[in-house]
Amino acid sequence: MKRRDFLKTAALAGLATTFKLTEGMDLMAQKTAKTALKAGGTDLVAVMGGEPALMFRKAIAELGGIGKYVKKGQKVCVKPNIGWDKTPEMGSNTNPELVAEIVRQCLQAGASEVVVFDHSCDDWRKAYKNSGIEDAAKAAGAKIMPANEVTYYRDIALPKGVKLKTAKVHQAILDCDVWINVPVLKNHEGALMTISMKNHMGIVWDRGFFHRNDLQQCIADICSLQKPAVLHVVDAYRVMKTNGPRGRAVSDVALAKAMFISADIVAVDTAATKFFGQLETMPLESVKHIALAQDLKLGTMDLSKLKVKKIQL
Amino acid sequence: MILKNIRLVLGIITLLILTFIFIDFAGLLPAEKIPLAKIQFVPALLMNSFWIVGVLLLLTLLFGRIYCSILCPMGLFQDLTGRVARIFRKKRKYTFSPERRWLRYGTLVAVLGTYVAGWSVLLSVLEPYSAFGRMVTHLLRPIYMVGNNLVAGVFNHFGNYTFYHTEIFLLGASSLIVALLTFLIIGYLAWIYGRTFCNTLCPVGTVLGFVSRFSMFRFKVHEESCNQCGLCARNCKSSCIDSKAETVDNSRCVSCFNCTTVCTKKAIRYEFSWKKSSPSTGGSEEESVASRRRFLTTLGITMLAASSQTWAKGMHLVTNKPWARKSPLSPPGSLSAEHLTIHCTACHLCVAQCPSKILKPSFLEYGVEGMMQPVMDFSHGFCNYDCTKCTEVCPNGALKKLTMDEKHATQMGIVQFIKTNCVVYTDETFCGACSEHCPTQAVSMVPYKGDLTIPFLNTAICVGCGGCEYVCPAKPAKAIYVEGNPVHLKAQKFVDNNKKEVKVDSFGF
Repeated sequence: MKRRDFLKTAALAGLATTFKLTEGMDLMAQKTAKTALKAGGTDLVAVMGGEPALMFRKAIAELGGIGKYVKKGQKVCVKPNIGWDKTPEMGSNTNPELVAEIVRQCLQAGASEVVVFDHSCDDWRKAYKNSGIEDAAKAAGAKIMPANEVTYYRDIALPKGVKLKTAKVHQAILDCDVWINVPVLKNHEGALMTISMKNHMGIVWDRGFFHRNDLQQCIADICSLQKPAVLHVVDAYRVMKTNGPRGRAVSDVALAKAMFISADIVAVDTAATKFFGQLETMPLESVKHIALAQDLKLGTMDLSKLKVKKIQL
Repeated sequence: MILKNIRLVLGIITLLILTFIFIDFAGLLPAEKIPLAKIQFVPALLMNSFWIVGVLLLLTLLFGRIYCSILCPMGLFQDLTGRVARIFRKKRKYTFSPERRWLRYGTLVAVLGTYVAGWSVLLSVLEPYSAFGRMVTHLLRPIYMVGNNLVAGVFNHFGNYTFYHTEIFLLGASSLIVALLTFLIIGYLAWIYGRTFCNTLCPVGTVLGFVSRFSMFRFKVHEESCNQCGLCARNCKSSCIDSKAETVDNSRCVSCFNCTTVCTKKAIRYEFSWKKSSPSTGGSEEESVASRRRFLTTLGITMLAASSQTWAKGMHLVTNKPWARKSPLSPPGSLSAEHLTIHCTACHLCVAQCPSKILKPSFLEYGVEGMMQPVMDFSHGFCNYDCTKCTEVCPNGALKKLTMDEKHATQMGIVQFIKTNCVVYTDETFCGACSEHCPTQAVSMVPYKGDLTIPFLNTAICVGCGGCEYVCPAKPAKAIYVEGNPVHLKAQKFVDNNKKEVKVDSFGF
């Protein structure tokens, strides 16, 4: 590259970064998400007994196919849990095969690009690598994005938030057309459970604020962001029942081979918590952020109101 | 000519690699597999690698101080500085100067004396490899990181994430100042005079110089061919050729082969010299100058140390934390603060290589005698449970190489909990960030009020990684921290009591 070209590119880049996502653009994105929601017949799918990729194929077919959520030419962000420098058997991170399958389906549906990231707790390079997600997602055609520095985050307002009114959210979420939330089901020593809602702590920069200002309320608040995920895919293939969210030994993990999918974040976390209750005692009402999210009208805890499809493979 | 070219190529390779492993924050090169740091003279000596030291001494005895021109990064840095100086000062030439013998040996004695007395700081300051490491870590590395972030900014904007942003922060003010002074002083001397540092203050130069005086191959001026044109002396960066007297001071010669390359008469030659013993002598008596310099050097170092001590006292006054660590957290593999202080020369390779960015140069945590040595600091991260990088790269054996099991069984410090600072106690809200990060569950959450849970410690299984301290959200003072173990202890293995098998075949709703 010639010096002149380089300077031009740099100048363009500088100019381009001055443009910010406007509220209007955010609202447009939100609308597409809402329309996607209405079209389906089934609200929540629970699958059990298969390998992660197979279970996802069955479940998404039941919801009407990935094409209902991802349109041709859209930029998609897939947000798994890549919190820890742990291998897949430890169940600390989302299953890499599941992430890869979602990426593949998005691309098949015509997504222009699929970005995968998480704000890791451990050293992000090790977590990305050793979770198996970086390699699996790349092989499936996704782009891996870092989230280790504040420069990758931008401020958003959370008008519905009770304690959390603004947050720095990762640009992959803000710049995509649709995003898919792919948490892993784990117990959590602080928040009691970590599922779809708690997984949102990986899209923000300052997690310390959450812990200082009523963790359970802040978790509910961040889920009220104006661009919610179009789909929450809860990986319960390996379930961490004790010592979560990090875990310390394979014995913390149960091979439960299950998956829960819905666009309703409250419903899917309710279902997953009830499922978890069979492995370890976990009363739904003690997982406060779920009820707090229902108060914010982000979804329903009453599964009887929903059309739930259960599939045993 | 050939010998000079070989030296050039090898020197450039050494300089490039050693520079890169000190700036390589992304871990692109496997520094633990590159032996260049481990064959440095002082590190090998402290590692008790007597065979490496033996080989280096033998090489010097056979071929002169080729170490100084091929392996020593500080020597190569000075050569590079000299080259750059030549661009700006075309007529620049070196001149012969007599040996400052008192300064050389005086400094060596001072270094050895203070080291034996338990003060490794003087050795750390003057030891060329470590001084070079600090220069690169504290001066060049931040520039490299800024450059990386600029490039990452452009690339990321266009959706390419091959480069990523990295956090840049001050590692340690005292080490930065020492690195800057090292750069300015040695750089200035190299710019104006050449290898002055190597032949006055460098303890390795003095030791090797003592040997090279008697080496098998030496440089010698042949009077019969020499027309005393002085070309060799003008090109001698060690200022050790007296063209008038037609002698070469081989104790100061770093075997750069510049003289043999420029001599048109082939009067100065590198040749087998054990036929007749004629150790060349150089330098006249300049005792008064030497002692004055020595006095000034000592004075300078004393003033630096004294002023930093006063500064440290001031620092303690402004910190208003309700807790303070009583003992510093020495890095994994250091065995004890004492073992570290004895073996470390503060090259900061561990500091540069730590993927979690938790190693920083100490100020006075280990006392003045251990200044600039690595100490764990959890303000930017915590020690990764499954990482042994620092113990693998340390060339000195100051950090003993640990296997993963050994690392897991090492207790570098012990967790301390201040309940009254904890948000679960003060705000009665959920938190558990500490337990979340704890790899052994030395910090676990137990029932508190209602559904709330509060940290509970099992210190026997704590490894002192600092995950809890790093992540604790309590402000301004954290509620949980790690107290350093002056001598590392054994961490008990956690009891894995989760063996119960649970089988589910329904969804539960």
